[in-house]
Amino acid sequence: MSFLLGQQMTGGYGAADILHDCTIGVERGEIAVIVGPNGAGKSTAMKAVFGMMPLRHGQVLFDGEDVSGLRPEERVKKGMGFVPQTHNVFTSMSVEENLEMGAFIRDDNIQDSIAQVYDLFPILKQKRRQPAGELSGGQRQQVAVGRALMTHPKVLMLDEPTAGVSPIVMDELFDRIIEIARLDVAILMVEQNAKQALEIADTGYVLVQGHNKFTDSGEALLANPEVRRAFLGGV
Amino acid sequence: MDVLNVITLLGNFLIVPGLTYGSQLALGALGVTLVYGVLRFSNFAHGETMAFGAMITILVTWLLQASEISIQPLPTALLAMPVGIAVTVLFTLGMDRLVYRYHRERKASPVIFLIVSIGVMFFMGGLIRFIIGPGDQIFFDGTRFILKAREFKETTGLNEGLSLKMTQAVTIVTAIVIVALLFWFLNHTRTGKSMRAYSDNENLALLSGINPNKVVLITWVLVAALATVAGTLYGLDKSFKPFVYMQLLLPIFASAIVGGVGNPLGAIAGGYIIAFSELILTFAYKRVVLYLAPEGTEIDSLVQFLGTDYKIAVSFIILVIVLIIRPTGLFRGKTL
Amino acid sequence: MFDSGFYEKHRAPILFTVMAGLLILVGFIQSWGVSLTILNLCLISAIMALGVNIQWGYAGLFNVGVMGFAALGGLAGVLVSMPPVSEAWQAGGLGILSGLLITFGTVMACLLVWPRIKHINRWRYWIVFGIILSGYALLRVFFDPGVDAIESIDPSVTGYLGGLGLPILVAWPVGALFAAGVAFVIGKIALGLRSDYLAIATLGISEIIIFFIKNEEWLTRGVKNVNGLPRPVPYEVDLQQAVWFQDLAMSLGMPVDDASSIFVKLCYALLFMVVIAVLLWLSETALRSPWGRMMRSIRDNETAAAAMGKDVTWQHLRVFVLGSAVIGLAGAMLTTLDGQFTPVGYQPLRFTFLIWVMVIIGGSGNNWGAVLGGFFIWFFWIEAEPIGLWLIETLTTGMDPTSPIRAHLLEGAAHMRLMTVGIILLVALRYAPEGLIPERKRL
Ligand SMILES: Nc1ncnc2c1ncn2[C@@H]1O[C@H](COP(=O)(O)OP(=O)(O)O)[C@@H](O)[C@H]1O
Ligand SMILES: [Mg+2]
Repeated sequence: MSFLLGQQMTGGYGAADILHDCTIGVERGEIAVIVGPNGAGKSTAMKAVFGMMPLRHGQVLFDGEDVSGLRPEERVKKGMGFVPQTHNVFTSMSVEENLEMGAFIRDDNIQDSIAQVYDLFPILKQKRRQPAGELSGGQRQQVAVGRALMTHPKVLMLDEPTAGVSPIVMDELFDRIIEIARLDVAILMVEQNAKQALEIADTGYVLVQGHNKFTDSGEALLANPEVRRAFLGGV
Repeated sequence: MDVLNVITLLGNFLIVPGLTYGSQLALGALGVTLVYGVLRFSNFAHGETMAFGAMITILVTWLLQASEISIQPLPTALLAMPVGIAVTVLFTLGMDRLVYRYHRERKASPVIFLIVSIGVMFFMGGLIRFIIGPGDQIFFDGTRFILKAREFKETTGLNEGLSLKMTQAVTIVTAIVIVALLFWFLNHTRTGKSMRAYSDNENLALLSGINPNKVVLITWVLVAALATVAGTLYGLDKSFKPFVYMQLLLPIFASAIVGGVGNPLGAIAGGYIIAFSELILTFAYKRVVLYLAPEGTEIDSLVQFLGTDYKIAVSFIILVIVLIIRPTGLFRGKTL
Repeated sequence: MFDSGFYEKHRAPILFTVMAGLLILVGFIQSWGVSLTILNLCLISAIMALGVNIQWGYAGLFNVGVMGFAALGGLAGVLVSMPPVSEAWQAGGLGILSGLLITFGTVMACLLVWPRIKHINRWRYWIVFGIILSGYALLRVFFDPGVDAIESIDPSVTGYLGGLGLPILVAWPVGALFAAGVAFVIGKIALGLRSDYLAIATLGISEIIIFFIKNEEWLTRGVKNVNGLPRPVPYEVDLQQAVWFQDLAMSLGMPVDDASSIFVKLCYALLFMVVIAVLLWLSETALRSPWGRMMRSIRDNETAAAAMGKDVTWQHLRVFVLGSAVIGLAGAMLTTLDGQFTPVGYQPLRFTFLIWVMVIIGGSGNNWGAVLGGFFIWFFWIEAEPIGLWLIETLTTGMDPTSPIRAHLLEGAAHMRLMTVGIILLVALRYAPEGLIPERKRL
């Protein structure tokens, strides 16, 4: 059984279900990627795993424990971290304050963790006094990831971390994410850039209309002609 | 010499009163802005909160005066203010618990909150009048003047006198201290930063484990404290009359909005902008002109932009113009 | 037999019967005069609430400037019905007219220049500001002498231009027109604002209107008030001297004095009821019409309605003007009933917020609800004090009658009304947010 596992999740925002019996999991030190068309329910699945949306069926297991009943911030305390797709930084606060807020639930000294984030994203150190709202898109995403890393999560969930950044910055970000995974962190990530993302993925999930359409290793999905045709632009 | 006289004249009738009134408005506007930034509604009950805080302070002041405790030459009300703050904090928290919390949990729209605050305004207005009555209350004691106009004239040999009332000095100094404390709190403490974070992005704040209930609680505590200080200082400087505080609501909103509602720096700037606009536009410049004009010039008008009657209207007009031209205010408000 | 189903089905008639019962009770306990006075003001409040309901209930517009529109209606009462002061016209008429021309010219200049300069980013506001400033300077030169001349003519009695000397009933539609005109201008500039900003803006504008009325004495006599407005109904003294009325009073077994005052109040009540009936019929028809359906769709989902090609801005403006006109009408009626125009009497608490409470309590979106809310809240606004006094007296009967606590409590009873209304509003918002008579769900 996976380290983090959303099992047979069914639910939605109102009367209609968005997710149907959807299962998503990831192991420590590995990268799992969710791809799929717009509106497939990828973000919804992430929110469901993080407890930001009620589930009608199914449960979420973390490190063997059922966390389905916990509130998001309680999951943060357990060791989960989440970078939402939009509005993922405090725009009016400085970069360093963003990191401090990321560590809000910690009572110990956080200077080391801040230093680690700066090591990972050196540009942030330069900009640490600047309001996050004034940064470029790529730098903002770095702040967002850095904020989530401040609690030293065992699982890091990223919803489209490379949305709206240039290809160079995207490669850069993927490198950082691989680096984070090497620290024995489980990474669950939604990506629009399906091809590049599946290349670094240990496991890939293709979601369509809230269903698991394909689930396989990243390599296998890239090789699957049906997946290539429908989701990778036929290349 | 004439230039010095002009400076003294302006100092006495524009700058000192402007700083005083501006400080009172700024403190009031800070309260409105905090509620807007964190709880996200326009609090129509803020004027009454100020009146409530001032009322408690007055009651305690009377008690102290009766037992002959004083802090001469400072007004006794300063000694009573902490009690006023404490009671107002408790009252405000009670109101939140009984009234606002329910609507917050149901994620009511800002308009509903606004209407709720109108209900609170009615209730508090009645309560205040029930306890202390609708009339004027004078609770100032201590030394009246720090600097008297006559003495100033004698020492400097100028025609114009500069006076500084104790209440004016107390108002300005208290406002500076309070504002400094507030900014230190918001920018340098963990709790303060968590308030700013919550105001900036509620969802992300929740994800970061910031407890919304605690943020709301701290906000009301700050709002009640600011309101009590603002209300007491205003009452000391002018006089305490419940009705007047309701009338203050609009200049206070004007201050908060001119600066950018939700933005504390904006609230302070807005307070002084409104206060000085009122005074500058309705000040009679006749004597200034006489000093500067060649000897022997005669003027029969007061040289005013607007009649003194128009003083309060200035703030309303600025408010409306800002809302129409630039509703986000000078500092582009919305978050703390 | 009185199960909740029955109540649900016949809610409005039951509640109106209760209301009538309360008024009758006051008639027996206090006096019929008091009861009728309350009734008349209930009727006017109900009309104001109808106006607010048109804006809020139909369209979701948050107008907190009720006071200003009511005052404009009141002003119409003065300008229509008072006799003209010809000396004042001779002394300052020219100055006033030139002032009006200058104002008109300034506004036109701004409107003409604005479309040409609005794309210049840096200077546009300053240019407009300059035009206004020069207009203002001109105004001071021509207008002020006229004003001074008018205000110096017998200031203790007139000191203003007077009115047109027409019957005061004419002032009712004119009051509605005044309010509508001003509402049009306000709506043009402010309706784009977000709801709470609109609230603060309209509150500010209403204060400016009152301020204008208080200060422009040449037009309104300002804080000196205008007394002795003509009446649409007979005067008590005339009735008391009329033989037929004396006979009527005799046959009713009432003193002539009391009978005459009650008769006058009844006449007013009748007039007001006619107005309210017409307004209710019009509003209900409007609400059922395709237009009403469209307004609801706009209110419930502005974006979707706009996407379907509805001109949201224009419809909002229309509703805003309509609702304000109704408030202006009520304002004129109030001045008529009072027989005087007292600008200091316009306080936002009484003329804006209280009306809002009426609408919320009654049931926003429901015309009958607004009317009922107007009745209930006005009733409690007036009766809270006697009820409070009675309550405190009863509760403190055990106390020493000279005790300062008891004296203080009795004195404080006068402020019960504020607390009562506040509590009613807060309780309603929590437990009956739909109001006494909720909006009917229609398609
Ligand atoms: N907060 C919400 N409330 C209601 N429906 C939503 C909400 N967020 C998303 N949806 C709906 O859920 C579906 C899936 O959305 P989402 O999970 O954001 O898709 P993806 O991230 O795969 O593009 C869409 O049809 C969207 O309209
Ligand atoms: Mg998404």
